[in-house]
Amino acid sequence: MISEGQSVCLGPDIDTDVVIAGRYLRTKDRSIWAEHVFEDLDPALAPRLKGAVIVAGKNFGCGSSREQAAIAIREAGVKAVIAPSFARIFFRNAINIGLPLIECNLPCTEGETIRFDLQAGWVEAAGERSSVPSLSPRMQEILAAGGLVEYWRKHR
Amino acid sequence: MGTLSEHILGKPAGEYVDRAVNRAFVHDGTGVLTLEAWKSIGADRLCDASRLYILFDHIVPANNSTTATLQHELRDFARTSFLNFSDIGGGICHQLMSEGVVLPGEVVVGADSHTCTLGAFGAFATGVGATDMAAIWLTGETWFRVPESIGVHLNGALRGAAEAKDIALTYVGRFGTDGGTYKALEFVGQGAGTLTMDDRLVLCNMAVETGAKAGMFYSDNTTVKYLAELGRKAAPQEQDPDCTYVQEIDIDLEDIVPLVAVPHRVDTVKPARDLAGLPLDQVFVGTCTNGRYSDLERFAKIVKGKKVAVRTIIVPASREVLDRAIRRGVLATLVEAGLTIGTPGCGPCLGAHTGVLGEGEVCLSTANRNFRNRMGVGGEIYLSSVATAAASALEGEITEPEAMA
Repeated sequence: MISEGQSVCLGPDIDTDVVIAGRYLRTKDRSIWAEHVFEDLDPALAPRLKGAVIVAGKNFGCGSSREQAAIAIREAGVKAVIAPSFARIFFRNAINIGLPLIECNLPCTEGETIRFDLQAGWVEAAGERSSVPSLSPRMQEILAAGGLVEYWRKHR
Repeated sequence: MGTLSEHILGKPAGEYVDRAVNRAFVHDGTGVLTLEAWKSIGADRLCDASRLYILFDHIVPANNSTTATLQHELRDFARTSFLNFSDIGGGICHQLMSEGVVLPGEVVVGADSHTCTLGAFGAFATGVGATDMAAIWLTGETWFRVPESIGVHLNGALRGAAEAKDIALTYVGRFGTDGGTYKALEFVGQGAGTLTMDDRLVLCNMAVETGAKAGMFYSDNTTVKYLAELGRKAAPQEQDPDCTYVQEIDIDLEDIVPLVAVPHRVDTVKPARDLAGLPLDQVFVGTCTNGRYSDLERFAKIVKGKKVAVRTIIVPASREVLDRAIRRGVLATLVEAGLTIGTPGCGPCLGAHTGVLGEGEVCLSTANRNFRNRMGVGGEIYLSSVATAAASALEGEITEPEAMA
């Protein structure tokens, strides 16, 4: 399945405290996380994320295991996050809640159209297509199910 | 048998395994989302409640009615589902699991990134998110990619005022915040044997600050003795001399000096003496890195008979730590020196309560993270050892500690 979105460029080593600050964690209201996502990085960023593809630097999602970070990004409307590398707990969390991650070192120009097809294993920016490593078979199954909750609803 | 990770997980590095977990824990923060996800799956029972733990530590006691309501629900669930439960004041999840629970060779998962702390026992211990944990509540197992390992060879012994935290800051500085991503750090060599269990817990605790999946020591006589004192039987683990590391580094413990990680990165590390004189608004001693009895005792030795020159908060890692500090007079020394004592738990490390920083305030902390705004919007966090924190608290500015007699 081909998806696309406009790129939003972020730097390297974005930690999960920056994605969603500790002061917003204690709630079940997911709209609060979406509203305050990346607030300490750029308070004006959240409204621009609907339908966007985040293109970030290395080690995206390092730090705390807080799953709210992945949920906040998904709830804000982000289609996928592309980065040369991800912190491992964030990687599992994102796939588990159905947020696609793409491991790729992509130069980023703000607002350009990014297209990707995870099953086929490619990402396209400025007309140039790069192949990307595929997820493990288990992670592909989880993502295809829409996340780990849905996966276990089916497999229970 | 390969590396310790390969031995415990039973497959070579790079392969995927489904593995039953021996222990799985959440805290008051991640437990809420875990319970939500578990309910969403439609689950109505736990695989084996005896292996599951809910340990309240992050915001204890609750700081407002929203937190209190979330904790109330989780507490009710814990009580009715018969899993292991520790309420407010019991202590930090990793500390409680280190007090005679986790054993060498076990597979341990915690819904907290610093679960790697427990690798100090020769266990494979790693952090997971809430939804992964919900599936573990359901099935009792999870999948792992067996990590490649990095051999961190420790040589010699610490001297002067340097302590385990300074070794940890040294290796985080050398690897950087992603130098260990997806990998396990194995702390080996003659120097590893010179370290106490508390020291090893500090080194393993900070493995995740390099992105590592695990930080591990092979169990030895120190491990066996520590666990025996807590009524648990364990055996030493043999290192396979032919195991394959993807990378190896050497750290000479004699060369370690007191260090400080400066805002806002854990891997930006400088000698404490280069930062001497930097004014502080707060000193915080505690957390899953440095809130153990030996830390409180070290701090007390340095400040005994003196007064701190800056507000200083000390939070024991567990009730057991607090209890021992009371019985041995350490707590009295700390209170006389002007310290504020917090409820056993994470304290202000995550910026939710009991020591949040104001705009422009500077804190020297014995924690493991100094991310921007973590302890309060506009606050700056420097990370150091307990001795550096104590010497600095007395002066009200960053101060290199002197070697203790």
